Amino acid sequence: MLCALAAIPVLISVAVRVSSAVPPGRGPAFLDRIAQNGLFVGVTALVVSVPLFLPLTVGVVAGDTIAGEAGQGTLRYLLVAPAGRIRLLIVKYAGTALFVVVAPLVVALTGAGIGSALFPVGPVTLLSGDTIGPGEAVVRLLLIAAYLAVSLLGLSAIGLFISTLTDVPVGAMAATVVLSVVAQVLDALPQLEWLHPWLFSHYWLDFGDLLRQPVSWDSFAVNALLQGGYIAFFGALAYGRFITKDVLS
Amino acid sequence: MSAAGPGAEPSLELSIATKGLTKRFGQQLAVDGVDLAVPKGAVFGFLGPNGSGKTTTIRLLLGLATATGGSMRVLGEEMPRKLNDVLPRVGALVEGPAFYPFLSGAANLRRMDAADPYGSAATRRARVQSALERVGLTHAADKLVRAYSLGMKQRLGIANALLAPRELLVLDEPTNGLDPQGTREVRSLVRSLAADGATVFVSSHLLAEVEQICTHAAIMSAGRLVAQGTLAELRGAGQARIRVLTPDPGTAAQVLAGLGLTATLSPDGHTPGGTGFGGSGSGTDAALFASLPGAPSAAPPGAAAREDAGSAQAVAPEAVVAALVAAGVRVRGFATEQASLEDRFVALTGEGFDVVQ
Repeated sequence: MLCALAAIPVLISVAVRVSSAVPPGRGPAFLDRIAQNGLFVGVTALVVSVPLFLPLTVGVVAGDTIAGEAGQGTLRYLLVAPAGRIRLLIVKYAGTALFVVVAPLVVALTGAGIGSALFPVGPVTLLSGDTIGPGEAVVRLLLIAAYLAVSLLGLSAIGLFISTLTDVPVGAMAATVVLSVVAQVLDALPQLEWLHPWLFSHYWLDFGDLLRQPVSWDSFAVNALLQGGYIAFFGALAYGRFITKDVLS
Repeated sequence: MSAAGPGAEPSLELSIATKGLTKRFGQQLAVDGVDLAVPKGAVFGFLGPNGSGKTTTIRLLLGLATATGGSMRVLGEEMPRKLNDVLPRVGALVEGPAFYPFLSGAANLRRMDAADPYGSAATRRARVQSALERVGLTHAADKLVRAYSLGMKQRLGIANALLAPRELLVLDEPTNGLDPQGTREVRSLVRSLAADGATVFVSSHLLAEVEQICTHAAIMSAGRLVAQGTLAELRGAGQARIRVLTPDPGTAAQVLAGLGLTATLSPDGHTPGGTGFGGSGSGTDAALFASLPGAPSAAPPGAAAREDAGSAQAVAPEAVVAALVAAGVRVRGFATEQASLEDRFVALTGEGFDVVQ
């Protein structure tokens, strides 16, 4: 799955390289900048993967946590070992969280790597108009990856909860991914504006603040707070469900 | 942990004791007021037809499912409150083995052992090695489980139950899918575990297997426990019977009635589960059956004879033959048959092939 994610920046940069001229204003954000500065491949790839690819992989990993073990029958042996239900739940969530940290990192670093291999690398102009060197730009890229990792923690908690509901891992994966899409659709409807700040996907693309000089941490903090709320709520639900669950698979 | 030393003298101490254990799934009572008493050090056969609630009971005992009612104690501790203290002392094979197909057998065992907080990482490799050795899988230890046969997976499942010294082993259908050698090995393994002082709780529907390895047994039917005791008690509760092959069934029945025996006629000479003389070319012969109260071989001394034959006189089989011959009955075959566990099982759980609802 990490390989599939790594393929995204590769695909983008090769496509840009082959087609040479990208008219500005078309395609995903920053796409037209890639040919001038390879570091933008990482940013572009992250922007492209936020709506679907990243939630998809996170949904697969989080949905598989408990339901996958149940479907395979290994859940009963883990519990009889005894792994302890709370301990198992925490370890499973930690595993998902690790994936959530690594996934955007892989996209960003592969992007920066392939970008600097195929295109020239130079100073980067930030949204605030300041210009920073390539080294500083890589740090900003890592910051964006960290922002996305935090963004996806809430979704992983939802996936973990859904995973305790079923013995069919594919069902849990699909439900998690569908939820992330639904949240983004709701987020796009202006009629539901009151709901928007509560949607876990609301701040997913708000990492622009990290591309200013000096860095504005406001959206990072708001996002972290929201994701923390989702973790607490769905973590509690997953705990309540799993601790009393009859393991019959 | 030290209380269950090997060679502890047989006492009234129970490894598993349940009182009115009940589990309800929606409208259906899967386990209905089960009072199990598994003595320490016993090899306990847990019998029952498919769908009689054996595996559900095991799930309750291991804390995988929550009981709807009743109480249970496992290894002297109240369950499921003391679950995390008890389970490390219990090895289990529940409803077939389950492993990660993409890992090798040894890696699977190491992973399962890591899940046990008491499984010391320092001795893990050695314990996995010896568990694999015990089930004869050493040569396949580094093979992916994906490539294992059903019997090999079953062995690996048993190895998983043996990763640490256990006081209680719960083995659900341990010989499922094993070849005859494997079945024999499991039998001797169970005996050696019992010899080490462990209590072994084996669920099975293979009666012959249970008769061979178990000291105690219980029979489940439709969620209820219908019989429980030592093997001898269970067998003894079913009576010995005689079987007479004769062309004069009418006279024979009268003679038997005179002796206080009730004869049943089976014209085709068929006997369920009997070992008798089928196919003896007796086109006109009929087979008569009668149960024999107080037959000398009914039960070993010390076993509680529970049958309701208190009023009937003990009749020796040879006396029956003499009476028959004296009455001019042409006796062409005569046999006494000890009730087998199978007879008892069928008597308690019914003949039909249908899964009990």
